[in-house]
Amino acid sequence: MRLKNKIIGGAITSASAVSVILIISIIVIILVVTIIGGKDKISWEFITSFPKEGMMEGGIFPAIYGTALLVIIMSIAAVPFGAITAIYLSEYAHEKSWIAQSIRFAVRTLATVPSIIFGLFGLGFFIQFVGPGMDKWFLGGQLKWAQPNLLWASLTMALLTLPVVIVSVEEAIRTVPRELREASLALGATKWQTIKKVVIPGSISGIMTGTILAVSRGAGEVAPILFTGAAYSLATLPTSVSDQFMNLGYHIYVMSTQSSNVDKTLPIQFATTLVLLMLTFTLNLAAVLIRSSLRRRVK
Amino acid sequence: MNSDQAKTAYIFTAESLRKKFRFSEFFAEKLITSVAFLSIAVIILIFFFVFRESLPAFKGKPKATTENKVSAGNKPESYGSSEPATAEQKPETYSGEEKVTTEKKPETYTGAEPTAANKPETNGADKDTSVSADEVNPDASLRPSAKAENEGSLGSLFGSEWFPVSENPRYGMIPLFVGTFKVTLIAILFAAPIAILAALFSSSFASPWLREWIKPAIELLAGFPSVVIGFFALMVMATFFQNLFGYETRLNSFVGGIAMALAAIPIIFTITEDALTAIPATYKEASLALGASKWQTAVFVTLPAATPGIFAAVLLGVGRVFGETMIALMATGNAALSGLNPFESVRTLAATIGAEMAEVVFGDMHYGILFLIGSLLFVFNFSINAIAEFYIKGKLIKKIQGR
Repeated sequence: MRLKNKIIGGAITSASAVSVILIISIIVIILVVTIIGGKDKISWEFITSFPKEGMMEGGIFPAIYGTALLVIIMSIAAVPFGAITAIYLSEYAHEKSWIAQSIRFAVRTLATVPSIIFGLFGLGFFIQFVGPGMDKWFLGGQLKWAQPNLLWASLTMALLTLPVVIVSVEEAIRTVPRELREASLALGATKWQTIKKVVIPGSISGIMTGTILAVSRGAGEVAPILFTGAAYSLATLPTSVSDQFMNLGYHIYVMSTQSSNVDKTLPIQFATTLVLLMLTFTLNLAAVLIRSSLRRRVK
Repeated sequence: MNSDQAKTAYIFTAESLRKKFRFSEFFAEKLITSVAFLSIAVIILIFFFVFRESLPAFKGKPKATTENKVSAGNKPESYGSSEPATAEQKPETYSGEEKVTTEKKPETYTGAEPTAANKPETNGADKDTSVSADEVNPDASLRPSAKAENEGSLGSLFGSEWFPVSENPRYGMIPLFVGTFKVTLIAILFAAPIAILAALFSSSFASPWLREWIKPAIELLAGFPSVVIGFFALMVMATFFQNLFGYETRLNSFVGGIAMALAAIPIIFTITEDALTAIPATYKEASLALGASKWQTAVFVTLPAATPGIFAAVLLGVGRVFGETMIALMATGNAALSGLNPFESVRTLAATIGAEMAEVVFGDMHYGILFLIGSLLFVFNFSINAIAEFYIKGKLIKKIQGR
């Protein structure tokens, strides 16, 4: 009986340990395969030069530039709104009130909505509804905004990353000690002054984590920008928000599935994947480190 | 209060103690409150606009005809008068031909017949005039096009053929559903046991310092962009599994399912882990005090107590796989087959949107159908999230607190 117990116990413990090892080795395998596949191609020149000869040669600078623009505009839109929502949820709303409950539910729903739905929404709302409206009222019917462009793609992405920002900022606000708030209020500061001078400075690391996570998510997602502004090949860099743009993830997708010569461009694909993976991996690692130091502060 | 008082000694009066009205503060607080409703507004807007754009798929016959007429002036290209019109004409004129597709046509036709019979006047009139006046009058040619669209919707929305860009478009969504469920099933069968076991290890067996490492490491997998996982599946996993199992089609629902499992594992792991660690220590202590070993406590006490949380975790994993687009686009082969063989190419609902939206004519039937699929995905995900929420909130808390 005891022996049987020991065997079952050992089996369960080792099976669970094997699962952990399996997951971590998958992560390592993906990283190693991408590094091996892309290491010959990747160089400073690859990162900073334009594609040549129909994507067969040259670098991926426009894709990196487009991705950077996308995440910058996205952050400008998503971070303030996300941070303000988090402040409302933690400072103003009562935990049990139906308003707070429904906002939380909406945030969680937003976090689980498939990214392709955001793409559809961007197309249906921005390009088919807001864009034509803007054209009609500001440009007198001239077609400028009612088509896929950088702004619409960034705003679509901002909606996608909004919950990421909200969750991390709220987590950080919760680490601001209650005593600090009470001290500020006791000194005669109003609620808004307390928030401005105590809560927001105390949660700046959370806002940073949120921004980093949002940027990493936004840099990696492709589905929302498939039909809201990404283009496979552009001769020039985007100069205004009404231009289309190239994007790292979209570049990988098109090159690996729709390119005329997949095998020949394989090193470029691996190198592009490596750049994207390194970008998101570094950002995530930074966020994890900031977050774990934050958690330690709470303890 | 005036300045003299403030200089000498602060005297509290009812006047001075009253909350002062500051406009900037009032404004800031109202702004914060209104911004907080943004996420609710976005959910409603998503539902409204995705659904609104799917309306072309539902439009009734007479209505579609008139609307086409009105909008024809605005966007003449969108109803490229020739294509759908010829699709409609084909069965009429060459009905006796030996083509397989035309043979099938009458069947879908009869399926649409009852609804067509409901509005006989407009239809019959259209039919007669359109054939004769088609070449001359572009306006008239719009009418049969609307009819062809509608017929596609009513006759074959639940058919087993998905041929959206053929001359005679059929929008049977059965293969898409079959493909999606197949991929989801494979992904969850693979992801759920691994993720739950890993969570059990992290919460029950691992030492605290190991746990500090495992959790962030697995969460790093969640940070991998889905396009990277898709690329990995397409370039590496597909070849690897083909050599291993020796099946024919390189990209199939099995490869896609395994790749999506990689995307679902971190979600299931994180939520299961949270549910397991939320079980009160008194549970474990009682079990250990009764003489149960560590693994017995983990399997017979902690795991059952966290069942609602684990259920919610698996549900959210299903939601993630269901809506995953890039991996499906890259690794499942994208052929709309409805067989049950796991080593066959499939096309999922989300991948269909991603692959076809770029080529579609804005505002036509196909466009509407794609948005309809989007609405279905959204509603499905919304309900999954609501169920999971209910389970975590209601059942788990009740169970733990023993009420």
